[in-house]
Amino acid sequence: MNDKDQRPVYMDHAATTFMKPEVLAAMAPYFSRYFGNPSSLYRFARESRKGVEEARSQVATALGAEPEEISFCAGGSEADNWAIKGVASALREKGDHIITTAIEHHAVLHTCEALEKQGYRVTYLPVDEFGRVDPGDVEDAITDRTILVSVMTANNEIGTVQPITEIGRVAHAHGVLFHTDAVQAVGAVPIDVDALGIDLLSLSGHKFYGPKGTGALYIRRGTRIESLIHGGGQERGRRAGTENVPGIAGLGRAIELATADIEGHNRRIAAMRDRLIRGVLGSIPDTRLNGHPKQRLQNNANFSFRYVEGESILLLLDAHGIAASTGSACSSASLEPSHVLLAIGLPHEEAHGSLRLTLGDANTEDDVDYILEVLPEVIGRLRQISPLTPACARVPEAD
Amino acid sequence: MYTDVVMEHITNPQNVGELADADGVGEVGSPACGDIMRISIKVEGDRITDARFRTFGCAAAIASSSMATGMVRGKSLIEAWAISNADVVDALGGLPPAKVHCSVLARDAIRAAINDYRTRQGLDAWEMGSCGCCGGSGCGSRPENG
Repeated sequence: MNDKDQRPVYMDHAATTFMKPEVLAAMAPYFSRYFGNPSSLYRFARESRKGVEEARSQVATALGAEPEEISFCAGGSEADNWAIKGVASALREKGDHIITTAIEHHAVLHTCEALEKQGYRVTYLPVDEFGRVDPGDVEDAITDRTILVSVMTANNEIGTVQPITEIGRVAHAHGVLFHTDAVQAVGAVPIDVDALGIDLLSLSGHKFYGPKGTGALYIRRGTRIESLIHGGGQERGRRAGTENVPGIAGLGRAIELATADIEGHNRRIAAMRDRLIRGVLGSIPDTRLNGHPKQRLQNNANFSFRYVEGESILLLLDAHGIAASTGSACSSASLEPSHVLLAIGLPHEEAHGSLRLTLGDANTEDDVDYILEVLPEVIGRLRQISPLTPACARVPEAD
Repeated sequence: MYTDVVMEHITNPQNVGELADADGVGEVGSPACGDIMRISIKVEGDRITDARFRTFGCAAAIASSSMATGMVRGKSLIEAWAISNADVVDALGGLPPAKVHCSVLARDAIRAAINDYRTRQGLDAWEMGSCGCCGGSGCGSRPENG
């Protein structure tokens, strides 16, 4: 295949999404026209303040929460840091033990590691081969010193959706707070914080067609939590700093769009995802699907191709115009491959050979066709080069 | 992040394969590290007349072995041994800092193949020097493979 056959296909929506025109339109008035500081009293500020509060209502509605339970911040990582450090600090007298899982995002894992250095104790629960946490393990890990359980709603790498209702129930039965990182789940998994028993929930605007640098933390009324950012009295004194008004307005509009028809949206995306998975497994031997066959995000396909390494797959796909990602160490500065793929029991070489394709609203059946055309050829070429490929799986080389 | 030369070697790798009648074979790296290189050479007199590679690894690893096998062809064993990883990096127009170890692997695979040849000839193996992969552990070079 040569360059003129190339077609741009973005299939890395778990990394970030494009921003929808409706979202941009919702943000536009707040850059120049309504530029006032929402904390000010004059009329210039009134529209800015209205924009922020409208967005707060939109986020609250999407989560089944009350507006005053929503605090805006700068993204998913800040929300995770805030939830965990804020609760740990507020409940220091009550206990010093946190329960989380081995497959959380680094915004949770590295936060927990930072707290361990301060003397907190953290249990990192294992997951099964599909990446599912056993609520029974959560229960077994709870002690009278446990102050927080933090389990992600859905995994960013392999897409596995966790049994968070059961986990929340277990936490509450023991009087322990439950935080969930829902960064990948908003717009894909219906969320009702009361029905799911969630005390704290992190979300990030740019994962659902909103602006980057925006996020929110849901904090159930009455939950004790310390602030991370101190300063002015914004966000009811919980998070200082002049509000990112355009970003907040965009986040509000984006979550409204993303949660308007989750079922219909999922049906369309999942149909493409399923065809992609069937096509890849059917046309490329020695391939496995990582993650749960059913309990997975509608847009996530994660494969391991034996005998080849993920970064070289990405580069060859990129040469064909396809954007994807990998859990291989070679795509990062560390030598360790994805902690998620190791946690589900993959040997190092199969973790190195992983490829994540995550679909989004702009993808079409033609995109799936194109990937099904390009990917087998790319894997075949790399297997031809690899010393790990069995001779019978190679085409004899011409001299 | 990669140069055009690296991309050219990734999309059109040179010297892929294994010499059926190789005079020396060197393999370095390990699957756990995410990099394995196997280079086989044909030697006539004291010159390398052909070199082929197989690599499991990232783009930089494939490009480094593709480039290095081209660089040693026609060289004497001493000249080929003297090729440094910096020579491979220069020939590729540079590598990102995190990927320089791939060029070290290519150098080591060449040296391992030369030592395999020397051992088969009843000569002493030359001193390999430090190994560049996995921070210097976990991947002994295996010149005895053949």
